[in-house]
Amino acid sequence: MKTSVFFAAMTAAGLSAGAAAAGTLDDVKARGTLNCGVTTGLVGFAAPNANGEWEGFDVAVCRAVAAAVLSDPTAIEFVPTTGKTRFTALASGEIDMLARNTTWTFTRDVDLKFEFTGVNYYDGQGFMVPKALGVSSAKELDGATVCIQTGTTTELNLADFFRKNNMDYEPVPIETNAESQQQYLAGACDVYTTDRSGLAATRASFENPEEHAILPETISKEPLGPLVRHGDHEWGDVVRWTLNALIAAEELGVTSANIEELAKGTNRPEVNRLLGTEGTLGEMLGLDKDWAKRAIMVGGNYGELFAKNIGESTPIGLARGLNAQWTDGGLLYAPPFR
Amino acid sequence: MSDTHSQTAFVRTEVLPEAPPPVYEQGIVKWLRENLFSSVANTILTLAAIWAVYYLATATGPWILNGVWTTSSLTECRDVLQGDVGACFSVLAERWNQLLFGFKYPDELYWRPLLAFALLFVALGPLLFFKVFPRKFLALTAVYPFLAFYLIWGGTIMVPVFALLGFVVGIIVYRRLVLQSAAMGLLGAVIAAFAFWYATGFITGPMANFLALEPVPSRDMGGFMLNMMLGVICVSLSLPIGILLALGRQSNMPIIKWISVVFIEFIRGVPLITLLFVANVVLAYFLPPESSLDLILRVIIMITMFASAYIAEVIRGGLAALPKGQYEAADSLGLDYAQSMQLIILPQALKISIPGIVNVSVGLFKDTTLVSVISMFDLVGMIRGPILGASEWNGVYWELFGFAALLFFVVCYSISQYSQWLERQLQTDHR
Amino acid sequence: MTTLTDPPEESFRLSMLINDTRYRSYTFQFIALMLLIVFMSYLGWNLVQNLAEQGQNISYRFLGEPSGYDINQTPIEYDSQSTHLRASIVGVLNTIIVAFLGCVSATILGVTAGVLRLSPNWLVRKLMAAYVEAFRNVPVLIWILIIFSIMTAAMPAPSAFRGDAPDASMVFGAVAFTNRGVYVPSPIWGSGSLIVVLLFIASVIGVFAYRRYATKLLYDTGKLLPMGWPSLAILVLPSVIAYYILGQPISLEYPELKGFNFGGGIHIRGSLIALWFALAIYTGAFIAENVRAGIQAISRGQTEAAASLGLRPRRIMNLVILPQALRIVIPPVISQYLNLTKNSSLAIAVGYMDVTGTLGGITLNQTGRAIETVLMLMLFYLLISLAISGVMNLYNNAMKLQER
Repeated sequence: MKTSVFFAAMTAAGLSAGAAAAGTLDDVKARGTLNCGVTTGLVGFAAPNANGEWEGFDVAVCRAVAAAVLSDPTAIEFVPTTGKTRFTALASGEIDMLARNTTWTFTRDVDLKFEFTGVNYYDGQGFMVPKALGVSSAKELDGATVCIQTGTTTELNLADFFRKNNMDYEPVPIETNAESQQQYLAGACDVYTTDRSGLAATRASFENPEEHAILPETISKEPLGPLVRHGDHEWGDVVRWTLNALIAAEELGVTSANIEELAKGTNRPEVNRLLGTEGTLGEMLGLDKDWAKRAIMVGGNYGELFAKNIGESTPIGLARGLNAQWTDGGLLYAPPFR
Repeated sequence: MSDTHSQTAFVRTEVLPEAPPPVYEQGIVKWLRENLFSSVANTILTLAAIWAVYYLATATGPWILNGVWTTSSLTECRDVLQGDVGACFSVLAERWNQLLFGFKYPDELYWRPLLAFALLFVALGPLLFFKVFPRKFLALTAVYPFLAFYLIWGGTIMVPVFALLGFVVGIIVYRRLVLQSAAMGLLGAVIAAFAFWYATGFITGPMANFLALEPVPSRDMGGFMLNMMLGVICVSLSLPIGILLALGRQSNMPIIKWISVVFIEFIRGVPLITLLFVANVVLAYFLPPESSLDLILRVIIMITMFASAYIAEVIRGGLAALPKGQYEAADSLGLDYAQSMQLIILPQALKISIPGIVNVSVGLFKDTTLVSVISMFDLVGMIRGPILGASEWNGVYWELFGFAALLFFVVCYSISQYSQWLERQLQTDHR
Repeated sequence: MTTLTDPPEESFRLSMLINDTRYRSYTFQFIALMLLIVFMSYLGWNLVQNLAEQGQNISYRFLGEPSGYDINQTPIEYDSQSTHLRASIVGVLNTIIVAFLGCVSATILGVTAGVLRLSPNWLVRKLMAAYVEAFRNVPVLIWILIIFSIMTAAMPAPSAFRGDAPDASMVFGAVAFTNRGVYVPSPIWGSGSLIVVLLFIASVIGVFAYRRYATKLLYDTGKLLPMGWPSLAILVLPSVIAYYILGQPISLEYPELKGFNFGGGIHIRGSLIALWFALAIYTGAFIAENVRAGIQAISRGQTEAAASLGLRPRRIMNLVILPQALRIVIPPVISQYLNLTKNSSLAIAVGYMDVTGTLGGITLNQTGRAIETVLMLMLFYLLISLAISGVMNLYNNAMKLQER
């Protein structure tokens, strides 16, 4: 009776109790929407635009997964999460995947029981200072007041960096990016530290971006990537290989412009396998054969997504750097599709 | 006698016309003297107050008067103002809908929450001005929650209709069984209502499109609407729970008493924000693995618990304030517990507690802003998150927070004025 | 005459559990207990199942591990190698600091505003009413954010103090108001300073002794000793004399602009000030209402009676009204203190590292131990609340009207 009462109450409240935990992939298919955890707003990675539509680099990964699984890149519920809530949201099943520039670390993978399905952005923590301060290296920051956005690995890296260099500092922990900006711009702190991509995004939104400099030091490794719950390997595979499909597409020269053409069949077996004209990769994932094609068609391959959301032509203006393909000297290296 | 009169050299035969009081004893001058400059200390206070008012006026006056309403970013505002002091109210104009409804509620459906908001007054009218409206208007109030649910969330009309009918069934069963025994009545009513809901649960599924409004998931709600929703829902849910808790705390059954006391004191002892943390990061662990209550519902549960503990204390005050004679009189009439509570004690106790309940509600309504701390986009959350985070509006603090403060002030001040009016209405001791 | 006989002894029937008032309460309590147990074990079972599914457990071991992060305001020794437990204690102390400061200033503000609201001065009365209504009717979170914004935007940055013609300068060359907070001189305790301090404490006691003596003399003999200047003399003179005799052992260290920041002196951080002010002003508005209600609750007859005895308005307030009003005012004021303490958990909005910021903030983020940390957090606030309400009960019992 207990459960029936519970469900009756839920029905009365017009709620949908999620179906039994058969596996996230089946859940998502049954539900018809993908619940994707993103930040509460970081321009370039995930932020709602003036119309309330989410856009950004992390959002693009979610959309690609939704397109691959549900054939509809808009069938997504974006769940904004803070640093504090993101892991519980994922662990409790409120979201199916988390694409919230989350650093892949040992404890998160092993102790918190999550599965990182790859890296969509290789980042590192950096410092931004006003040029007027006349600082050219992070080693000169002894005694500075540092604004940090809480809820990330940033605090730990910062503490380590200053301890290693025997320097003093005054941390000013702030909850949201907007408030950190306010503090930094008003001069309430000398330095703003977060991931370099975040710094670039923040600087891009300033009135006078050229008055601020990002210091050359990178004090940490921050491989950011989407993650899913431990133990659900089918779902993990879907997310992992969707990301890999985006990366491999760039390597193989598959773009949103030529994908229709290539999907008709080419003489390059790997492209054929990726786009489903050869082999049964899609079925092995529990999807149909066009899954990767749909994922790529949403916004293009990795390179196109990068250029559109955070690349050099956008206000954020990030160079590819480490995030170039391995063939161009970067770290992106999608395992073979075979 | 007349002699003495005639001997007087001069006698005034007519009454002197009333002379006007001296200039410093009349009109505005007198008022000023008495109210503002009656003593040295008072004069100093007055001067200080005038200075404070002047300072505030000169600081905010030009800022408001020079306000810019029509630009599309802060930079443009600064261009228009060209260094003058002035507010950039354009952010309010441009993000008006987001501030009120959040950024995901579909534009074309705004009429639904607006209608629900307007109907709120219709529903509250009979409750707030119970002396003006006949009792049967309370039926409007009873129907409102279901109507508002239908309007705001959408979906098929069957869900709210069946939910309402479930209550009706429960009440009918209660009426039938209460003659036998109050306990039986209560138990029967609860079982009947749940059985009804369970049964109709099978019907609503296939009829999902019957008279359906486009459904809006609760995650898409935000802005001031979310504050209003949380406030109204949690206060109305917490009232019955609060009454039960208050009765439980007054009860002479030790176990029930202790359950109530522990619950009330625990909830009142912790800040709301920790309860919101519970809703946000802990509650999911305590629910069955396959269920997924969404965040807004978990928050509603926690805020309702919070509010009901406070309301229970207010009602307990009301119960305690009733003279003991009322309890004894009810007992001597041979009424049982349920009857005496329902007919004698609660109507009086609730009447005494209304101002307190209103105060708790205002406090609770203000506290709904705390949900912004757990990444929900209520009014404050919208401002701190998407709006200040957008590159066009980065740095527009005063206008936004001032607007938020004004909005809350208008609502809360009117409620507290109402509460004071009600207190005067309810005053039965003629002092 | 019929005699009332006892009803025939009935044997116990099952229906009596519901219908007989003698047994019904047992039935209800039993049902309630059962429901509670079922509900609790339902939650517990879910918890166990959820944790097992995610391969997690409940463990407080993280408290002994190094926290890895730094805290700016540390009342006790703390660095990033200290444990999470120590970080929580730092947070607890910071909570207590801001709650204490807030309560003191809220009381001062509230009593002033409450008394002024009853002042004969129309303008002041209206102004105070505006203050009370404005702050009571707007959420405290919004006030905290507004005051924090004022701090950040309206105060000069430390860099404004730099250069030959700085935009800002220190007040009296000793206090610097910056948007990072306020820097005030800190005392340096030289040798012999202990004597001065002890002497000062002794003079404070001396002042009280003198006042008590003067009152006693007044009551016994009717002789009125002057109160004001002798008290001041007793308070100040011995310490000042000792201070100079001992060669000025206590000196001040002035804040100075060094590198990026002011160095030396005491740094009262912007986040502390914003939180402290916002809580004080907000709670002050509520206390003002309590004070006003308390004073108004004293019947006018008391004022008139006192006036007819020839007391002046000030003395009426101090000797007749306030002592009676306090009895009414203090319990709600204490519950306002409780509210203030609980509201201090909003520190998280301005980055003040109270216990919600350390234990419920960064520690929770870094370790992901949600259940454990939130539980500890709630227990801490619960303890504080119970302590404060304990004090309140003691006071209420002590001040209960002695009924004759």
